[in-house]
Amino acid sequence: MDKFEKLTGIAAPMPMINIDTDMIIPKQFLKTIKRSGLGVNLFDEMRYDDNGNEKPDFVLNKPAYREAEILVAGDNFGCGSSREHAPWAIKDFGIRCVIAPSFADIFYNNCFKNGILPIALPQEVVDVLMKDAEKGANARMIVDLEAQTVTTSDGESFSFEVDSFKKRCLLEGLDDVGLTMEKVGAIQSYEAQLATQRPWV
Amino acid sequence: MTATGNRSSERRRNGPRNDAYDQTDRKMTAKMSPRTTLDKLWDSHQILQRADGASLLWVDRHFVHEGSHHAFARIAEKGMAVRHPELTFGVADHYVPTSGAPATDDIARMIRTLSENTARHDIRLFGTDDPRQGIVHVVGPELGLTLPGLLIVCGDSHTATHGALGAYAFGIGATEVAHVLATQTIWQKKPKRMRLAVEGTLMDGVSAKDIALNWIARLGADGGRGHAIEYAGSAIEALSVEGRLTLCNLSIEGGARSGMVAPDQKTLDWIKGRDFAPEGADWDRAAEAFLSLAPDDGAEYDTEAVLDAAEIAPIVTWGTSPEEALPITATLPDPSRAGSEAQAKRIAASLDYMGLGAGRPLDGTPVDQIFIGSCTNGRIEDLRNAAAVLKGRLAIVPGMISPGSAQVKAQAEQEGLDRIFIEAGLDWVGSGCSMCVGMNGDLVAPGKRCASTTNRNFRGRQGKGARTHLMSPAMAAAAAVTGTITDVRPLLKGRA
Repeated sequence: MDKFEKLTGIAAPMPMINIDTDMIIPKQFLKTIKRSGLGVNLFDEMRYDDNGNEKPDFVLNKPAYREAEILVAGDNFGCGSSREHAPWAIKDFGIRCVIAPSFADIFYNNCFKNGILPIALPQEVVDVLMKDAEKGANARMIVDLEAQTVTTSDGESFSFEVDSFKKRCLLEGLDDVGLTMEKVGAIQSYEAQLATQRPWV
Repeated sequence: MTATGNRSSERRRNGPRNDAYDQTDRKMTAKMSPRTTLDKLWDSHQILQRADGASLLWVDRHFVHEGSHHAFARIAEKGMAVRHPELTFGVADHYVPTSGAPATDDIARMIRTLSENTARHDIRLFGTDDPRQGIVHVVGPELGLTLPGLLIVCGDSHTATHGALGAYAFGIGATEVAHVLATQTIWQKKPKRMRLAVEGTLMDGVSAKDIALNWIARLGADGGRGHAIEYAGSAIEALSVEGRLTLCNLSIEGGARSGMVAPDQKTLDWIKGRDFAPEGADWDRAAEAFLSLAPDDGAEYDTEAVLDAAEIAPIVTWGTSPEEALPITATLPDPSRAGSEAQAKRIAASLDYMGLGAGRPLDGTPVDQIFIGSCTNGRIEDLRNAAAVLKGRLAIVPGMISPGSAQVKAQAEQEGLDRIFIEAGLDWVGSGCSMCVGMNGDLVAPGKRCASTTNRNFRGRQGKGARTHLMSPAMAAAAAVTGTITDVRPLLKGRA
């Protein structure tokens, strides 16, 4: 898994609540065999017209935000399906950090599995970051995972919370399966007692 | 409705003791405090707990579908085997063609890849040619693969459905699917416990779908975020198992990864004798364990909410989030009367996408088509409820009815429901996810309005530019015969 340590980049403002996984990556792109290449279809229906031309007023089509690496959005980001194509598309576009007042649980987890840092901050802090993001390409936001801070282009800094284990996995690019198999003895013990405790399983 | 935090509830049934779920955390020796259903499931599945609080949980059932190919590819990259193929079950549903037309090449490839992956790892598959095929969340319970007290995962957010039988079931992403394939375990932090009680008696024509959309409209699409919901109360006890499956299915639309109903005698009667259900002495022991999953007297919840069943009217979504739902008797919201500028913008954007006028009555909104089916409302009871409205009537808009499984289809045909649908002028098609998600090509055309018994009214969900109104099967049937979104209750007068 890709590491995430510190990021200085352009933040794109998307002040919408309930940005769902169907919006992030519509179903017609889920048949892909590879996990890469989905960035071009990120937010497909908001981003392109019926003829496949870019809609100039959509934030990621604006010259200032085409290289955005951070997304600032509204409440309940990533609600809907468990499709991991949603973080894959976000990352393939080049976005490595999403900031919102809250995230849907499954999406939030999926981000950490793919080297994306989702940051939940109170609405009033997100409002400040949203204003900063609206300044465009000259305003660079700094996200520091080790220090757990987001800093605006004006130098205003906010701390955020992150689970310590998830943080370590992101910082070190650790893989879950490998870590779990270090506990194989405990799994085997559980397996052994399952047949007597709950034979119907 | 009231929602409060950390308040112990009143009366709770005290189930018989059984060591399967009364085993305490191995490290704990002190007397246990009263436990909720989630607590019991958590304790019986925890293999170990990490210093940061995350638990490694045992997975009893893992369902895979066409979308699982990324996970299979991932374990192949690592050269890993499936640790417990006998606890893993494949079901073809998301891409299965329902209307008889052959699958396009890319859709056929998705279905074929599932067959190849399950065959390679010796996993039982309910594929397109199997008489038990259907939507995974219909098939699992129907076959008795879903049982009370099991921990169930699937790479699909509607896995919450299985909680209706008292399982702890939740959706996971592709990386987690790979993890479960390789280890039969999953890392989780314990969610908060929420008790959502529905007390009283539902009015005729009001169903589990209406209960679900009602609480989501009140608490919001993130109202259950971070929580495992336990549905309780007299109206939930009175629901059929099919109704409970619908209710739990929609938990995720309110932000909760899981929803559960404590097993009762109704649950046991429903499960007994199903293909994979325990038999003989195993059944007797299991049944006792299942009933012991009911919350203990005095068990505490982090959040509690209570709904009055008698106040619930048939409800319909008007916008592009399941929380944007209103009773059929209501008028559409008006952005100019919204509480804030942000809210006004949201209402205006939803009305604009849906092509609806602010402040107009919801009742009477013309629809272009209807869809009845999905893991939410594709069960036999759903089809019976739709048939009760459609019998002897003609649909004046086109529509598709897709049973949730091949077994539901056979049952409906045995009961003659298919004749009622066909005589009403609706298409009776095969089983699969179909028009709920449109992956198999069953789509709503741009700008068209569909009365749908599915679970998501997101923009573009049923097709680019499609306008989805979520509602119960009876309400969708009423939309078919009137060509409008309308109150089903008058249409049920004088009918059984």
